[in-house]
Amino acid sequence: MSDHEYVPSSKFGKWFNDRLPLLSLASHLTDYPTPKNLNYWWTFGGILTFCLITQIVTGLTLAMHYIAHADMAFESVEHIMRDVNYGWLIRYIHANGASMFFLAVYIHIFRSLFYGSYKSPREIIWIIGIIIYLLMMAAAFMGYVLPWGQMSFWGATVITNLFSAIPLVGEGIVNWLWGGYSVDNPTLTRFFTLHYLIPFLILGLVVLHIWALHIPGNNNPIGIDVKKPSKDTVPFHPYIVIKDAFALLMFVIVFAFFVFYSPNILGHADNYIEANPMVTPAHIVPEWYLLPFYAILRSVPDKLLGVVAMLSAILILAALPWLDTSKIRSAVFRPLYKQFYWILLADVLILGYMGAMPAEGLYLLIGRVATAYYFLHFLVILPVLGFKEKTIPVPLSITEPILGGSPNLAMAKNKESLDK
Amino acid sequence: MSDKKPERREFLFTASYAVGAVGVGAVVWPLVDQMNPDASVKALASTEVDVSSVKPGNTITVLWRGKPVFIRRRTQEEIIEAKSVKMEDLKHPEKDEDRAKDPEWLVMLGVCTHLGCVPLNDKGDYDGWFCPCHGSHYDISGRIRKGPAPLNMEIPKYEFVNANTIKIG
Repeated sequence: MSDHEYVPSSKFGKWFNDRLPLLSLASHLTDYPTPKNLNYWWTFGGILTFCLITQIVTGLTLAMHYIAHADMAFESVEHIMRDVNYGWLIRYIHANGASMFFLAVYIHIFRSLFYGSYKSPREIIWIIGIIIYLLMMAAAFMGYVLPWGQMSFWGATVITNLFSAIPLVGEGIVNWLWGGYSVDNPTLTRFFTLHYLIPFLILGLVVLHIWALHIPGNNNPIGIDVKKPSKDTVPFHPYIVIKDAFALLMFVIVFAFFVFYSPNILGHADNYIEANPMVTPAHIVPEWYLLPFYAILRSVPDKLLGVVAMLSAILILAALPWLDTSKIRSAVFRPLYKQFYWILLADVLILGYMGAMPAEGLYLLIGRVATAYYFLHFLVILPVLGFKEKTIPVPLSITEPILGGSPNLAMAKNKESLDK
Repeated sequence: MSDKKPERREFLFTASYAVGAVGVGAVVWPLVDQMNPDASVKALASTEVDVSSVKPGNTITVLWRGKPVFIRRRTQEEIIEAKSVKMEDLKHPEKDEDRAKDPEWLVMLGVCTHLGCVPLNDKGDYDGWFCPCHGSHYDISGRIRKGPAPLNMEIPKYEFVNANTIKIG
């Protein structure tokens, strides 16, 4: 794991480190060689860690006041908002924190897509990331159920009913998930338990995600392999630490804006009405971060196939390292891929918008086209592009284009021979 | 090594794995099954409803097993409309006679068969119900006519205890 042997200077430190090498680990983390050209899109890993810690800390404190019971949950949330000291603040941080978490994770994922960070040798990092993303969605969904408002109840009903699409055993699975014949108290208590558990699973996976990252080291904006440590790298501390800290500060400003100035803008007014199993709200929408997948679900007119399409849209990401056949990582050197990247981003945003609109007429039509394109991108465009695309020559090192003036292979090679 | 020894060992391995698997299964099953509907949930199996105040053309909604049940007293025109639908026009072909024992009374689970929302009364393109969640249209017999739902709305087990009382479940 460590690229060098660390020996603590103090006698006690050496004694301790021989028994539990925590100091070696700390030394590895501070000295960890990082490509020196990392831009601000690389700061979202740190921001996401901050988001996870924030959710765990605020979640633990909310759990001290929340009551997981169908008759009392809604009231206990209002109690948190009105009576508990700073309860409003903690709950607004937690609720908006979920949105901020997803905002950061989407930027993190799209950064990976642009710079090809999912490609060899970083496939395992990527797959762990996808698992974390799935767990995040599960945690967010179950957390949204806990206040037991109308959107909580009907969101839970719709999402758990997705499983009823499974032939033969579907109905049994849904009753098993509910612990009854509809979403009710048993459903609420188990969702609370799982909502409490999942963040700690994510925490464990984050450790694996970072561990797997520290084996090959960071990808970088020009996507080439970097010798480490070398003149192409800088130590993590203080260079990356200070950059991450500054980016985090900017992020927290956005976060605080939502918490203090528009804490409910990302939520839904119907969730301030207590759950009522007799009345479905006129327009059910999931939280914004699930909308693209919701649009895919609705764009397929068949129940089972709709569910299959929605799940495939997420799981297809895990196969991405093998669907993208290009050896070049960064989109900087892939002129065609770069264009398709922006089309994909637009496509996902369009899907998100269609997911928020009623499923009819033009919205449905556009949703269907966007769904088709989403799959086309991953299943056809990416595999073909790797063979057809004429890429721009990649520089030999990070330092080369800066000192040589252009990312030109011939020049870089020329310079290298001059250096010798 | 003789030929016999590895065989004995293989047998022991296989036997150990088999016993281990049964043991793990025996421990896991209670942990899984505890999530299934419990005795108190199952106990709420039936409910009786007084329908004497329901006028023709009206629907009442009652709660049974945590789910809404629609009880509609249909008008003569509605019954004729329900019976006149051709089977080949239906996604899930069911005769109206099979859905409503007494054609005047339609008793069905008010749960959309797509993803479980409660459809709205007297809405949609077929004079029946319309699900606001994903746009499924049902006719006056509760049969799916348009939209993503795969099946007609379910008819629960029910019976007339007397002229004014329906027992569901």
